[in-house]
Amino acid sequence: MSGNPMSTIDQLESASSATAATAPTVAVAMSGGVDSSTVAAILRERGQSIVGLTMQLWNQRRLPELQGDGPRQHRCCSLDDVYDARRVADHLNIPFYVINFERVFEQTVVRPFVDDYLAGRTPIPCTRCNNDVKFEQLLVTARQIGASKIATGHYARVRFNGETNRYELLRAVDDSKDQTYFLFGLTQDQLARAEFPLGEMTKQEVRAIARRLAVPVAEKPESQEICFVPSGSYVRFIESYVQEQGTASDANARKLGEPGDMVTTFGEILGRHNGLHNYTVGQRSGLGVAVGRPIYVVALDRETNRLIVGHDSELRGSVCEVRNINWISFEPPATPVGARVRIRNRHEPAEAEITPLGDTTARVAFRQPQRAITPGQAAVFYSGEQVLGGGWIV
Amino acid sequence: MLPFLGENFGNAGSVHTPGQRALAAVAAARDCVAALIGAEPNEIVFTSGGTEADNLAIFGTVAASTKPRQHVITTAIEHHAILHSCEELLRQGVDVTIVPVRTGQDSQGIVDPEEIRRAIRPETVLVSVMHANNELGTIQPIEEIARVAAQAGVSFHCDAVQSAGKVPLDVKKLGVDLLSISAHKFCGPKGVGALYVRAGRQIVPRAWGGHAERDRRAGTENVPGIVGIGKAAELARKLLAEDSARIRSLRDRLESSLLDRISHVQVNGDRSRRVPNTSNLSFPGAGGEALLIALDLQGLACSTGAACSSGSTEPSHVLLAAGLPHDDARSSLRFSLGRPTTEADIDRAVEIIPAVVQRIRALSPREQEATAATHAR
Repeated sequence: MSGNPMSTIDQLESASSATAATAPTVAVAMSGGVDSSTVAAILRERGQSIVGLTMQLWNQRRLPELQGDGPRQHRCCSLDDVYDARRVADHLNIPFYVINFERVFEQTVVRPFVDDYLAGRTPIPCTRCNNDVKFEQLLVTARQIGASKIATGHYARVRFNGETNRYELLRAVDDSKDQTYFLFGLTQDQLARAEFPLGEMTKQEVRAIARRLAVPVAEKPESQEICFVPSGSYVRFIESYVQEQGTASDANARKLGEPGDMVTTFGEILGRHNGLHNYTVGQRSGLGVAVGRPIYVVALDRETNRLIVGHDSELRGSVCEVRNINWISFEPPATPVGARVRIRNRHEPAEAEITPLGDTTARVAFRQPQRAITPGQAAVFYSGEQVLGGGWIV
Repeated sequence: MLPFLGENFGNAGSVHTPGQRALAAVAAARDCVAALIGAEPNEIVFTSGGTEADNLAIFGTVAASTKPRQHVITTAIEHHAILHSCEELLRQGVDVTIVPVRTGQDSQGIVDPEEIRRAIRPETVLVSVMHANNELGTIQPIEEIARVAAQAGVSFHCDAVQSAGKVPLDVKKLGVDLLSISAHKFCGPKGVGALYVRAGRQIVPRAWGGHAERDRRAGTENVPGIVGIGKAAELARKLLAEDSARIRSLRDRLESSLLDRISHVQVNGDRSRRVPNTSNLSFPGAGGEALLIALDLQGLACSTGAACSSGSTEPSHVLLAAGLPHDDARSSLRFSLGRPTTEADIDRAVEIIPAVVQRIRALSPREQEATAATHAR
């Protein structure tokens, strides 16, 4: 507490343009990847007062049996990624901090992820993380340290609609990178404090900016996997985690990995499965039976521990129920709403009618049957480029 | 230090003249470090810092023991350099007893010498208790504990990293056999420290090689660092009385001003038995991590827990051992003052901290819930 009392933020602001000096500070969520690093670089170049925050979400020393032999590349919260984020912050000469959210991440993301699989659902941990960690805990911390907004490397756009007096969530300009499917849960308060500078850009443009600003991670490959699951094997992760922690209920623990019958939709037993957590609705490979034609997982029956399989046609459904809906563009509607509904990432949104059953529940009826409507996944409602809202498939 | 990175580049182990010049500088530094703690120069072993000194004391003593089984006693508030070493001892088959500290209002964070006495067994080979705790600043009754150890014929190590240069230290008066210090804790360079080994005490080296440090720590001497710790020790000894009085009054003013201006602040650790430069405060409702960052952004550098455990999720083991509830431990900050700290620094800190604490409390979801719950009742 000695020496020059002038703060880093003060110095940044005095170095920036006069207009930017009055702008409030923005916290940039920095993962060490190229996208969020470029966000920091873009805001810095604009003269925005920023502070870099990296969330330490998962201790990679846990579950050492999952580490494998290969190089552990580009995984969230690895020391390498934190190091990269720090290197970028140093390059940009911005204040930077690592914040430990391991506890809240485990409670709100990891454990529900495991419990969902054990309950026969196919969860989306990234959405939970956005809703409950990034735009909740991290935003709280950002505001506590004096920032008014949080900027992330998401490909999405936010717009304020003066007529409805609401913040709207819009698809990214680069449709191949659009991440709105994972952001449908953001509330008006969260959207008001979110900045997605990459929503207006293509990935190529982002890389070009990263190179122009000499961002140290400009050439780093993209990560596609669930950050806390090493080498993409969520099955092994669940098994190791359950072994370490136990599960929410003894019943789940008893069922983990417990073999059961594999039956057709007509009740015909085709064979055995080696634990329901190994399967996802719509999955084809790994069934281990040869009946001369493609067989798919149609449903997971937790009650009887049975894996229901059938033909591709049996995977198709026209109706699903959605709960915990977050409406973005307007208040919960009282009458049916027409929209295009996306039921998994990369699914082409399909025309449907959404009939409210309550403020946060609705029935979604598709015009054409959809393949593999999967409990635990999100149904996100689009109207053109706008995300009207979304919820969780029951 | 600088000449020993340039024109006086000699290796203190060499026969030639530049080497002898380096050796002389190391010897002079050894005299200064010995003088700071009331030791003889040949009782000083230079190390890479406090952690290595602690490791050398613990593993070196255990290895030198001829007892068929070994047992080591330490306390719950030790630095990880001690506690993690003791965990390793356990893995190696050595028994360890971790003695608790007092948790009551007076004498919070202080070790009871009677607890040490009770823990001693025939196979006990070492007692290790820190002089001043690094987080609370609390000063332990080392002389009494040393007497307990001596009566039982057990070696006594004291981690004095946090107190050297801040309070007078005399190894003879304290009655310790081994004592660790670290240069950067008294304005010296980082990466150099020393272990006092009482004449006649046997320790087995941790690093084998040449005959440096009288065969107690092999390896070419870190001449610039050693010159640095020597100079720092010399200055600390000269300025100690003046520094500590001034720093104590600054620290006390910081504390009383913050207690006046912020509601629900608590001082952790026995206030009457502390090193003068440390203040550990809890700001319930204001999470330590956000508080630390917010203050740093305003140019005020402080710590949650120990610097060596930053990034861990668990609240400080020291504060928990001193009886703090988890939430108070999580909302605690350690302010450390030093020779460069000025009145103006304290004024600025007193101006900044209340507003930051207020903002963090207002934006804390937990605090909002707590307030709502209070109203509901």
